[in-house]
Amino acid sequence: MDREYETVIGLEVHVELATRTKIFCGCSTAFGAAPNAHTCPVCTGMPGALPVLNRKVLEHAVAVGLATHCEITRYCKFDRKNYFYPDNPQNYQISQLYLPICRNGYVEIGTSQGTKKVGIHEIHMEEDAGKLLHDDWEDVSLVDYNRSGVPLIEIVSEPDMRSAQEVIAYLEKLRLIIRYLGASDCKLQEGSMRADVNLSVRKVGAKEYGIRTEMKNLGSFRAISRAIEGECKRQIDLLESGERVIQETRRWDETKETSYAMRSKEDARDYRYFPDPDLVPVRISDAFLEEIAGRQPEFRTEKMQRYKTEFDIPDYDIEIITSSRHMADLFEETVACGAAPKKVSNWLMVETLRLLKEKGLDPEDIRFSPAHLASLIALAESRVINSTVAKEVFEVLFEEDVDPESYVEEKGLKMVSNESALLETVKEVLAANPKSVEDYRGGKEKAMGFLVGQTMKAMKGKADPGAVGKLLKELL
Amino acid sequence: MANRISDDIIEYVGILAKLELSGQEREQARRDMEEMLCYIDKLNELDTSGVEPMSHVFQVQNVFREDVVTNGDGGQETLCNAPEQKDGMFVVPKTFV
Repeated sequence: MDREYETVIGLEVHVELATRTKIFCGCSTAFGAAPNAHTCPVCTGMPGALPVLNRKVLEHAVAVGLATHCEITRYCKFDRKNYFYPDNPQNYQISQLYLPICRNGYVEIGTSQGTKKVGIHEIHMEEDAGKLLHDDWEDVSLVDYNRSGVPLIEIVSEPDMRSAQEVIAYLEKLRLIIRYLGASDCKLQEGSMRADVNLSVRKVGAKEYGIRTEMKNLGSFRAISRAIEGECKRQIDLLESGERVIQETRRWDETKETSYAMRSKEDARDYRYFPDPDLVPVRISDAFLEEIAGRQPEFRTEKMQRYKTEFDIPDYDIEIITSSRHMADLFEETVACGAAPKKVSNWLMVETLRLLKEKGLDPEDIRFSPAHLASLIALAESRVINSTVAKEVFEVLFEEDVDPESYVEEKGLKMVSNESALLETVKEVLAANPKSVEDYRGGKEKAMGFLVGQTMKAMKGKADPGAVGKLLKELL
Repeated sequence: MANRISDDIIEYVGILAKLELSGQEREQARRDMEEMLCYIDKLNELDTSGVEPMSHVFQVQNVFREDVVTNGDGGQETLCNAPEQKDGMFVVPKTFV
């Protein structure tokens, strides 16, 4: 990027909170229901319906605020943001403008120049809108209001970021904190975490900010990076050719990797906010704050520190395991079941991460139980099964959380190390591979590996490779 | 205090409210809005410095629900209000190109 210019970025991050019900009514937030099944007069804005705040939403919002060093607004209320669009039948979104629940916080991110604080301007609670689907056959759109009224927090950062890398680091940090809190699963692809990027450019050393644009529809970290790079270049090109940047909302097209300005009608900025008369104010007591503060989990930094003294595993392992609260919990619970820490960390870091990557899943999606992992480790350690079989069993464990002990029993996967049981097969392998036998006797060590492999294959992988090798050597 | 509502304001409020107004309706709207402003002027005669803005009439605060599902399938009832529906959804003019 042009050295003369500096990019200034602020983010608006929407996070769908992990609650059972919507923010102001008793409708379920469960995913996958029939269209409009999870709706009622409140979340569709029927006249006379009375919204009541879900206590869990307030708890999550305050917990995120405390974890991001925010001041908690002790007297806060809700406002109506007025706009007309079919995704919201109320014609207003209930949000917080004047007294948002959290203000003036920060998170720390790692950059190439060391640690940096990214300021959080505010966090407010609000409701999500319905979902619009576009009919391919007719010139209409279809609306499903199941998502309407699902609780969100919007985290508004200060314009403190200077590159796509810093933006990604900030988002990853927010996601880590929020997942540790269990306040949301923060999945960009599924829309439970959404980021709008406010970006402007200015000459290096300039005091004033440039004119900014807002970019929407960014569904992945990759899209965010690409959109930032693209928008930065677009603005610099405009300025360099003597034109002006226009303050507007732009929509990112992920397939075309380009953005275009949204129509001005979709971009009406005058929301005519006013206090919502249906929702009474919230006053946060000391007791409530203490309750939430007392429930805050051990965060990653503290956890890493404790692991260093408590478990005899390398720093590298600690870093990976604590990158997900779920994985860290699984690690500790498996160790508590009696497995050796390093063994557990190996299974998590190698096989588990491999399968997650293969299946495009997150560590948060791991479903097997710590007791079963511990039992598999015990089977492998006591040499009831060999390492190849252990990996196979693990794949089944990963998918279906089977009890390894009964699974091994049922499928007859126990390792055969008894010499007399192996002898027959070894003899057959030797007879079938005279060339390798000759090679080995002629000094080619490699031939041994081949013969062990052939025996393992004949034993359907269940033999003890050590015992096979020993037996082969004796016979040769 | 007449003529405080300019043509531009009428036009702008019309856009925000998604209304298309005829010449006669615009005049009516102008009169209505000016009347409302006169009423507010009356209120503005009071000295409210040092008075906290009030958003609620009653001194009620902290009314919460527990996070428990209490509503069943409301699809049928909600869709009763749809002028047109398809596949269990509301049909609206295309919102996107």
